[in-house]
Amino acid sequence: MTLLEVENLTVSFPSADGVVRAVRGVSFTLEAGQTLGIVGESGSGKTVLTQTLLGLTPGAEITGKAIFGGTDLLQLSENQMRQVRGSRISVIFQDPLTSLHPLYRVGWQIAEMIRAHEKDITKKQAAERAVELLGRVGIPNPAQRVNDYPHQFSGGMRQRAMIAMAMSLSPQMIIADEPTTALDATVQAQILDLLLKLQQESHTALLMITHDLGVVADIADNVMVMYAGRAAEKGPKHDIFYEPHHPYTKGLLESIPNSSAAGERLRPIPGQPPSLINLPSGCKFHPRCTYVLDRCVTEEPGLREISSDTAHLSACWLPARAAGLGGEAEKIREETVRESRMGAAVEVAEAIAAAPEVQA
Amino acid sequence: MTDESAAAVMTSAQSSQDDVLVRVDNLVKYFPVRTAGYVRRTVGHVQAVDGVSLAIPRGKTLGLVGETGSGKSTLARCIAGLLPVTSGQVTFDGDDITNLSRRKMIPYRREIQMIFQDPYGSLNPRRRVGAIIADPFAIHKTVAGNERKRRVQELMERVGLNPEHYNRFPAEFSGGQRQRIGVARALALRPKLIICDEPVSALDVSIQAQVLNLLADLQRDYGLTYLFIAHDLEVVRHVSDSVTVMYLGRVAEEGSRDAVYRTPRHPYTAALLSAAPAADPDAAASRQRIILTGDIPSPIDPPSGCRFHPRCPKARELCGQEDPPLEVKAGDGPTHLTACHFPVEAGENLAAAAAARRESP
Repeated sequence: MTLLEVENLTVSFPSADGVVRAVRGVSFTLEAGQTLGIVGESGSGKTVLTQTLLGLTPGAEITGKAIFGGTDLLQLSENQMRQVRGSRISVIFQDPLTSLHPLYRVGWQIAEMIRAHEKDITKKQAAERAVELLGRVGIPNPAQRVNDYPHQFSGGMRQRAMIAMAMSLSPQMIIADEPTTALDATVQAQILDLLLKLQQESHTALLMITHDLGVVADIADNVMVMYAGRAAEKGPKHDIFYEPHHPYTKGLLESIPNSSAAGERLRPIPGQPPSLINLPSGCKFHPRCTYVLDRCVTEEPGLREISSDTAHLSACWLPARAAGLGGEAEKIREETVRESRMGAAVEVAEAIAAAPEVQA
Repeated sequence: MTDESAAAVMTSAQSSQDDVLVRVDNLVKYFPVRTAGYVRRTVGHVQAVDGVSLAIPRGKTLGLVGETGSGKSTLARCIAGLLPVTSGQVTFDGDDITNLSRRKMIPYRREIQMIFQDPYGSLNPRRRVGAIIADPFAIHKTVAGNERKRRVQELMERVGLNPEHYNRFPAEFSGGQRQRIGVARALALRPKLIICDEPVSALDVSIQAQVLNLLADLQRDYGLTYLFIAHDLEVVRHVSDSVTVMYLGRVAEEGSRDAVYRTPRHPYTAALLSAAPAADPDAAASRQRIILTGDIPSPIDPPSGCRFHPRCPKARELCGQEDPPLEVKAGDGPTHLTACHFPVEAGENLAAAAAARRESP
């Protein structure tokens, strides 16, 4: 069952320096009980995308649709949105310390959320629910810890409390925006484990935003890679990790230090991400792409099918056969470059080759 | 930096490859915990670093791994002379530099530089990049006038920045470029040791790889020695020759990179390694993650015996009573040391033990 269907969403912010085009036509679907990982670097639009779904981007110019359980989230009034937020869709943010109010007890904050949505519940019942929820997310001695203030919790426990709050009204979908980025490795493992367990128990859909490909490899079913406000590539997790088609996805995977090549030179993506006010022409990745073709400089590619069996799509002018990390795919890419780099792309390619990152 | 001087540094580094540049002996750093109010009585100590020894060979990289609160940054600051040491000794290039006076420390400050985690917080936003990079020259009164500008531009070029951007402000640079500014500043006085405290944690992966490559190039060209602190285990594995794993102010395990990563003997190292997410769905699915119980305890009142025992899946009675010494365990090489009474054996299933422990705390 499709829970969320986002269609051609664009989000722009007017600013003194010009229009910031944060999201430029993104479409995706999320099935009930599934996990979609949205991967991208700073400024790729991944956070703006999800905040727009929740009506948290005031001042933005928004077009497109986001159908959630039959209603378009983008058409809801602020009052209607308040009914959805927290009860049907909830959010877990990166930094639990700034998401919790420092002057209120943790239990009170969880109970407040329940009381805001369930009008006939008594204070006492809500407080009992808070204790039960804290226990469910693995806080030891929940009956006592419910009276603690956020500063008395460790980072991992605060994130558990945030998860308890997010789960409190059994939402159909949870948006987790970098939920483990601020945590240490062993605590991150605890939190991911908890999220997976709760998801299995309650069949909640999860929209996981992260820059960490390791986290996505661990818990996502499908992956969408974003670059400069658009989906560069999307598909089932295995296709994205083992048969990447877009040079940006490939570049991301190759720039991670990996155990088999410890001590060897890393292969970073040259250059810097573009400014969202002043985007390059054509494909937005072309000024950093080592496979830049003439067409890339002038024409922006849309998402195309890479494999007919799976829903693997990529927004790149390279032929569909050029998917993968192996030598075969590399040969096809190089061949394409030889045939289709005659004019405008030659100069771009020279500039990329002169970047300090490319030279050893 | 000129090619000539670079070559000179390199040969001197190569001729003495096996000697130790930095040695830390039994270093202890306690921070007093005082009561609030007029009479600030000391009621306890944060035992941030509690008896750590390590040695970094010249021209090599020592990776320091540990979670928040393990004391790795405090240790780094003690080595750099930014914090007075409670007890123990820091030796740099053969000289004892423990708790030197400000004035006596000055020559060593030129030799020991730091790169910080946050490229936004470690650069003054109101000063131009050229002035920021020239600070070491100004403070140590080494290079002045036009020569200073020329040297700054050389440094900018060396770290992959456009020298024409000399007059720009930090806000005009991206995160990765700002970290390059920090590297240029650290490099200005041609130090022997650079302490990198989480230098790539705030950067996106593609940019992180650029900075790691830059650090590797600089080490090769100038014979630099690095103390590299990071919580990302894959990054540490990539850059380090040897690795020290810290837990709550103590060394849990140390050894060559391959020894520690391939055959971790301390249950904490094993848990850390199993917890690090790998960008490989099949590996992630087949991996046995060791999920620890609870959080790192307070360093004000650390647990008795082995400091890891309250979270350890293998803990027995002895672990709570006796502090395990850091020593070579049976079957390990002479440089692979572990502080554990019951070290992890090959083929042992710690994940199952940890799961069982979580079920019945």
